[in-house]
Amino acid sequence: MTAQIVVLGGGTGGTLLANRLRHQLSSEDAQITVIDRDDRHLYQPGLLFLPFGLARPTRLVRSRSAQLRPGVEFREAEVDHVDLEERKVGLRDGGSIPYDVLVVATGASLAPEETDGLSDPSDTVHTFYDLEGAQRLAAALARFEGGRIVVNLVDMPIKCPVAPLEFSFLADWYFTKRKIRDRVDITFVTPLDSAFTKPACARALGGLLAERRIDLVTEFNTGSVDGAGRRLVSYDERETGFDLAVVVPLHTGAPFVGSSPGLGDALGFVPVDQHTLQSKARPEVFALGDSADLPTSKAGSAAHFQGEVLADNIVAYLRDKPLPASYDGHTNCFIETGFNKALLIDFNYETEPLPGHFPGRLGLPLLAESRLNHLGKLTFEQIYWHGLLPGRTLPFIGRDMPERGKRRQTTEGGG
Amino acid sequence: MPKATYAGREVEVNDEGFFVDPAEWDEAMAPEIAQAEGIPTLTEDHWRVLKFMRTEYTEKGEGPTVRVLGKTSGVSIKELYQLFPKGPAKLAAKIAGIPKPRGCI
Repeated sequence: MTAQIVVLGGGTGGTLLANRLRHQLSSEDAQITVIDRDDRHLYQPGLLFLPFGLARPTRLVRSRSAQLRPGVEFREAEVDHVDLEERKVGLRDGGSIPYDVLVVATGASLAPEETDGLSDPSDTVHTFYDLEGAQRLAAALARFEGGRIVVNLVDMPIKCPVAPLEFSFLADWYFTKRKIRDRVDITFVTPLDSAFTKPACARALGGLLAERRIDLVTEFNTGSVDGAGRRLVSYDERETGFDLAVVVPLHTGAPFVGSSPGLGDALGFVPVDQHTLQSKARPEVFALGDSADLPTSKAGSAAHFQGEVLADNIVAYLRDKPLPASYDGHTNCFIETGFNKALLIDFNYETEPLPGHFPGRLGLPLLAESRLNHLGKLTFEQIYWHGLLPGRTLPFIGRDMPERGKRRQTTEGGG
Repeated sequence: MPKATYAGREVEVNDEGFFVDPAEWDEAMAPEIAQAEGIPTLTEDHWRVLKFMRTEYTEKGEGPTVRVLGKTSGVSIKELYQLFPKGPAKLAAKIAGIPKPRGCI
């Protein structure tokens, strides 16, 4: 019997998973359908560079369906809900699609409406977490001649947790280049007790902010954003003033998850086994990438490594075999620090980012600024479209975290 | 591992003062932990949150973040900050004897 595999979401995780499954399963084994509400695949890492004129919006978007292998069906439709009992996906247009295996890969959604004042129209409050916002911010930065810029993430989890920090570093570079850096204050405002979300990074990189003259406000939980009064107000009634605010809104899962009883948690993310990626509610349901509730970063690299694991597990599931593959929490990210340099970090559930080189002794430097890492970040865009999305197994960038080339420290605090 | 003594019993805590083994906690210890954290008395509202934290931890293996607390505990985020100033999820977890909520990844 031909199994119906339905993948919700044609982003990083959904696309590469569908392509890998198509490679591993014959058309008699399975029919694979990817559903998304539009046919615009956005290269999300590019959003960071847009506000500084370092990326062109038209180059960041390609067709979703064009990234899928022949034999993967693409359907443009908005999902309304999933009926776990009936094993059907209900569509907004009234149609429904039955499945034998369902994969939720619909990512995270921005929820500015959950913070008072953040969805009010304002000339002073911006975000770079969507294409329109990043373009609007580019114009605002170009007009900016001096004053206080506040970069704030409202709360975790967010996509690419280091992006707000990278934004601050790039802003330092951008205003230095425009020769008005001494007229601009940059303040990073975070709900966490450090600018870095990982203790090992906080230890190794703590001095970087002071070096770049970026002020830091910690444990600030934004309760409201007052664009007209130009201030952020925290729940414990502290205030941070600004002339221009760059705010990363709260994230939730896709809206349909909340309308699908049993599928998601309170924030709309799908609870899954952190190693097999199988839903805790149903054996035939899986989730990967930003839409899953995994205790690792919401990042493209994580979705990539999870996709490789999940393809093997779905093949095994269809053959009634135990799920063989295990995701170890492996994530890596380049952290752009401005002035054509970047850091690289690599970690998993158990291991904090370590210094050394990736993926082996002669690789890119870890936890240290270098030009090579900056070039790595830029080169990655091509690897993304031509290697990662088609589902190719990339040399040196695999699902399991590499140990070679890393220096273990005796003082390490553990993950 | 550091030790702390609450309600006359010695328990294991981590560097930040969170219980290593939540099973070592009991309700009699909560007022002392709260006082050490600057909350002089635990009211009924405090207890509503603490009990919710314990239940969530037992069911899900981890304590809720402040955002999840605000959505599911019946106490608004604003009120949570009045009850547990600075960091409601962190502070309530410490007083309830469960690990620091993850949330920060």
